[in-house]
Amino acid sequence: MQIYLPIADLPVNVFLVLGMGLAVGYISGMFGIGGGFLMTPLLIFIGISPAVAVATVSSHITASSFTGAISYWRKRALDIALAMMLLSAGIIGTAAGVWLFTELRALDQLDLVIGLAYVTLLTVVGGMMIYESVQAVLRTRRGQPATLRRPGSHTWIHGLPFKLRFKRSKIYVSAIPVWAIGFLIGFVGAIMGIGGGFLLVPMLIYFLRVPTATVIGTSMVLTLITMASATVMHAATNHLVDVVLALILMIGGVIGAQFGARTGQKMRGERLRLLLGLLVFAVGLRFAYELVVKPEDLYSLRYVGSD
Amino acid sequence: MRLLALALALLCITCGVSPAAAERLVVSLSNHRVAVTSSFVGEELVLFGTIEPDRSTGALHPPYDLVVTVTGPRQTLRARRKQRMLGIWVNVDSREFVSVPSYLAVLSNRPVTEIADPETLRKLQIGLNNFLLTQRIGADLGDTVNDDPFRRAFVRLQSQQGLYRESRSAVTFLTPTVFRTAIPLPAAAPTGSYGIEVELFSEGKFIARTNSALEVIKAGFEQYVADAARDHGLLYGMATASMALLIGWFASVVFRRD
Repeated sequence: MQIYLPIADLPVNVFLVLGMGLAVGYISGMFGIGGGFLMTPLLIFIGISPAVAVATVSSHITASSFTGAISYWRKRALDIALAMMLLSAGIIGTAAGVWLFTELRALDQLDLVIGLAYVTLLTVVGGMMIYESVQAVLRTRRGQPATLRRPGSHTWIHGLPFKLRFKRSKIYVSAIPVWAIGFLIGFVGAIMGIGGGFLLVPMLIYFLRVPTATVIGTSMVLTLITMASATVMHAATNHLVDVVLALILMIGGVIGAQFGARTGQKMRGERLRLLLGLLVFAVGLRFAYELVVKPEDLYSLRYVGSD
Repeated sequence: MRLLALALALLCITCGVSPAAAERLVVSLSNHRVAVTSSFVGEELVLFGTIEPDRSTGALHPPYDLVVTVTGPRQTLRARRKQRMLGIWVNVDSREFVSVPSYLAVLSNRPVTEIADPETLRKLQIGLNNFLLTQRIGADLGDTVNDDPFRRAFVRLQSQQGLYRESRSAVTFLTPTVFRTAIPLPAAAPTGSYGIEVELFSEGKFIARTNSALEVIKAGFEQYVADAARDHGLLYGMATASMALLIGWFASVVFRRD
């Protein structure tokens, strides 16, 4: 069944888009991530312009992260104070990202920047995740317990000024790295059409030592608010959010996420991280391939304006 | 009547080709309004027409040749060319096509190059190769030779989208003076007004022309959404975000397990 998308200006098969929503929702529920880094490339692949894909996916992630945030809220597994602190910088990051997005689009380099950002971020983060989880898997094979870093161990980050105490997460850290992480996630999310969950969770664990109990819930709250504001900002400045496309994706996404979450709970943590790492890395390689291999058509057209 | 004669005379001066005879063209379109709804996957419009003999002499000069040129609303597009830089493919060169038709179909009963000589075709802008596609070259505006790589790429990309086409057998003569053709509008056809020019030839000479028009409009819900997104971006964005929250909340209620 074909349906015409009013903003993307092309007809798509409803069941194809719904299926994509289900599949990405399943993966996002399984790993506790938004899934934007999978959804945006898939939409581009079926012919939706990168700009519309990025803008529309932000509303899709809003829906899935809200579902997640509610369930973590019920379990009291999120740190609102930390989320708000990250957010204060995240909003500025999002605004800066939307601004850069608009500028790059005018310069014909948006697709390149989106491509490069995907390659670097995904291969680096995916590689790190694979390395870390393979080590963990090998350790459990040898029968050694996972070496947890002692809670007292400090890095240079803990020496920074403007210290704040976050009661729920039981951490005492400087506001500077919190703001820096918040800004980065907001900025990257707006340009790449990703919620940034797969970046934020490791950053919170490694840099701020946020305990695993609150990290995913907190990341979901942040993702929720940055993506909701990215939706509004993209709609207000670039007029590129396709509400029909967003609705189909959301419905597929929230249903898929429920089944994904069940599978995820049955799997072991390091296996899950290894799988996610492989997935992230593979998507990164796919983008690298596109940039390096000679394109089938060297020419492309971009709409500038109508008379 | 005198006014009409004057207008006709003016038309002949502007077209720069003196008509060999005074046949007239009468055309009719199956539908002047195409509505783009949620189920729009393209449409085909049928154009019918007859060649009326010259009123004073009653003369007809078959066999005739006919070219129908349909042009969509004008837009400005940029063609970009990728080049390898530091191992990756980057858009390096670009050329802007200013105020060119978003849709261009040249429909004829046989290849346009057989219908008239190149000079006439160029003057009348008949065929994709002869249609004026204005480019911005530095500070100037102008069309290039038709084998310019950017022009060729532009026409090719538009043709892949089904937006530009040259169909050499799209016009059928039912009798020597009655013809029909189908105008294919793809799903990607932009909304706006379309112009239709019908040009009649006989033995390589331009004889008469007439024109018609059609309109492609977004209808119902599509229209409403597109207008809202353009005119009330902020409100539209907030509505979309609220919808996302509602669906997210709804899912958490429906699938609640604890």
